[in-house]
Amino acid sequence: MSIFLNSDSKIIVQGMTGSEGMKHTRRMLAGGSNIVGGVNPRKAGETVDVDGKLLPVFGTVADAMASTGANVSVIFVPPAFAKAAVVEAIDAEIALAVVITEGIPVHDSASFWAYNVAKGQKTRIIGPNCPGIISPGQSNAGITPSDISGSGPIGLVSKSGTLTYQMMYELREIGISTAIGIGGDPVIGTTHIDALAAFEADPATKAIVLIGEIGGDSEEKAAAYIKANVTKPVVAYVAGFTAPEGKTMGHAGAIVSGSAGTAQAKKEAFEACGVKVGKTPSETAALMREVIAKL
Amino acid sequence: MDLFEYQARDLFEAHGVPVLQGLIADTPEEAQAAAAKIGGTVVVKAQVKTGGRGKAGGVKVAHSPEEAFDAASKILGLDIKGHVVKRVMIAQGAQIDKEFYFSVLLDRSNRTFLSLCSVEGGMEIEQLAEERPEALAKITVDAVTGIDQAKALEIAKAGGFDDALAPRVAEVFVKLYKVFVQEDATLVEVNPLVLTKDGKILALDGKVSLDENAEFRHANHAELERDDLDPLEAKAKANDLNYVKLDGEVGVIGNGAGLVMSTLDVVAYAGEKHGGVRPANFLDIGGGASAEVMAAGLDVILHDPQVKSVFVNVFGGITACDAVANGIVGALDTLGDTASKPLVVRLDGNNVVEGRRILAERNHPLVTVVDTMDEAADKAAELANR
Repeated sequence: MSIFLNSDSKIIVQGMTGSEGMKHTRRMLAGGSNIVGGVNPRKAGETVDVDGKLLPVFGTVADAMASTGANVSVIFVPPAFAKAAVVEAIDAEIALAVVITEGIPVHDSASFWAYNVAKGQKTRIIGPNCPGIISPGQSNAGITPSDISGSGPIGLVSKSGTLTYQMMYELREIGISTAIGIGGDPVIGTTHIDALAAFEADPATKAIVLIGEIGGDSEEKAAAYIKANVTKPVVAYVAGFTAPEGKTMGHAGAIVSGSAGTAQAKKEAFEACGVKVGKTPSETAALMREVIAKL
Repeated sequence: MDLFEYQARDLFEAHGVPVLQGLIADTPEEAQAAAAKIGGTVVVKAQVKTGGRGKAGGVKVAHSPEEAFDAASKILGLDIKGHVVKRVMIAQGAQIDKEFYFSVLLDRSNRTFLSLCSVEGGMEIEQLAEERPEALAKITVDAVTGIDQAKALEIAKAGGFDDALAPRVAEVFVKLYKVFVQEDATLVEVNPLVLTKDGKILALDGKVSLDENAEFRHANHAELERDDLDPLEAKAKANDLNYVKLDGEVGVIGNGAGLVMSTLDVVAYAGEKHGGVRPANFLDIGGGASAEVMAAGLDVILHDPQVKSVFVNVFGGITACDAVANGIVGALDTLGDTASKPLVVRLDGNNVVEGRRILAERNHPLVTVVDTMDEAADKAAELANR
């Protein structure tokens, strides 16, 4: 088992024929994902040969779903057109839309999120500005390298892409059930809490690593949620203790405003809820190894 | 990106929000000329991106151009909470009857927009929220439907405006929401919004933050930012690098925002054992770390006179470590003699063995390769403390 993505997932790629879309479609296929087609209104009806696999291109997400039974869309559409692409996925009611695109204006993500809520949240959105989701050995929807870690008992949820890779690498000898990068933007579709709830319910996941960073209050909310609802062991890591106030640290959402969103406050929130917090990524991995050894 | 008050005033004016005349001045002479042009009583206001200007002596009333000259002489160069005043705004004076508060912002926690409104304006909003929370209305604004006249009236009434004033301020709220949406702002705040003795509603002071991700649809926004960048930040920006200048001695380059933030922390911990050295910058070169990007990044960092050592921390995910290693070697060759500070390199992940082999083979005298992030941070801190 795993969360949100498994070996039955049928994936389409919005923006497949662009350079990023094509590069990562190739990587996902090589990693064993079941990619069933792409979407590009200007190339509808064409077929693309991706390393010997012939993938049909559809005009809309709805057409692609009707023809292939796809239930996951990975979105590589450039920022200026990303909102329309996500709205299209929501309208088609696809189960999962993974928005990889970095640099989407927050008015656009707030708008597609409000639209998704108004439509009854039939689509789970992951991202934007995220590496996507991987259930090793089953499927990979996004840009996470497929070969960092095999499958295993650890669920991983992270705001940061490279810290996801780093943590998967540190824990590769134990293995990962699902690793999900929720993205570093101020408005995201799937939160730490959504992932925690799913990991708690997933029999394959025995322990959880949560990676947060400065900005917002997602980590504080997650800490309270863990205390009230999560029975599986959780180890946390927070990046950005040295970040000064008022400066955006790479991710649009990684900013300390006034006293809100500091790494120290997040660490304290976790510790107050009984969650161990590693000082560095390697210490966090060591804490998780101790947890696993005791299971 | 936070704007200066005068930039917010200009945006308000462009969207039809009622404001007073305001001219900027960088010298007392310019301030005097601006005051003469506006005429009558003016207010000379320090342009800094921090609160509490009034108390710090950064706002002065001037009744003549000569007084404006004197006021500007005192305010320019003033240090307000670490922000040195380089520019003042000369604003037309107003006879204030009442002061109000209005803002609309991104409510990140609830993934929506939020409007705050109170008939009791003038003081810092944090203070109002703490002392008289019942006087501050918080109204959720749907990101799709926004603020029209009806929604604006709802906000005004919740904020305590009476039936006579509510429709008048509501009209201004609708225009301020236009600023928020059409300029891709994450915050539009007016404090105070005033009623003048002759019955006008005016936005007297404003704070605006813009979303940098939306620069592609606002040709003028990049220009607004240029007024405030550190020279190294401006150079990095020109090269499309994600760079933030900090105040320490260890230059940091890495791939991915989260990993770089984490690297800064690990350097600061290591620094505790090495004379308290701290990270000198944040620099994320992103996924595709080509030789060109690495060279541009190293170029920026090596020109920071505060930098004593550099820590290159890369996890090869999409990018393979051999490509990164070639990037580093290529960058050092491109930079030649201008590269004069020691580099500590940690590579892990995809193709790490080949990456380390390339660095070992080149054997550059400035480069030390270390296996783990923690050990590398320790080495970089040690070298910065020599």
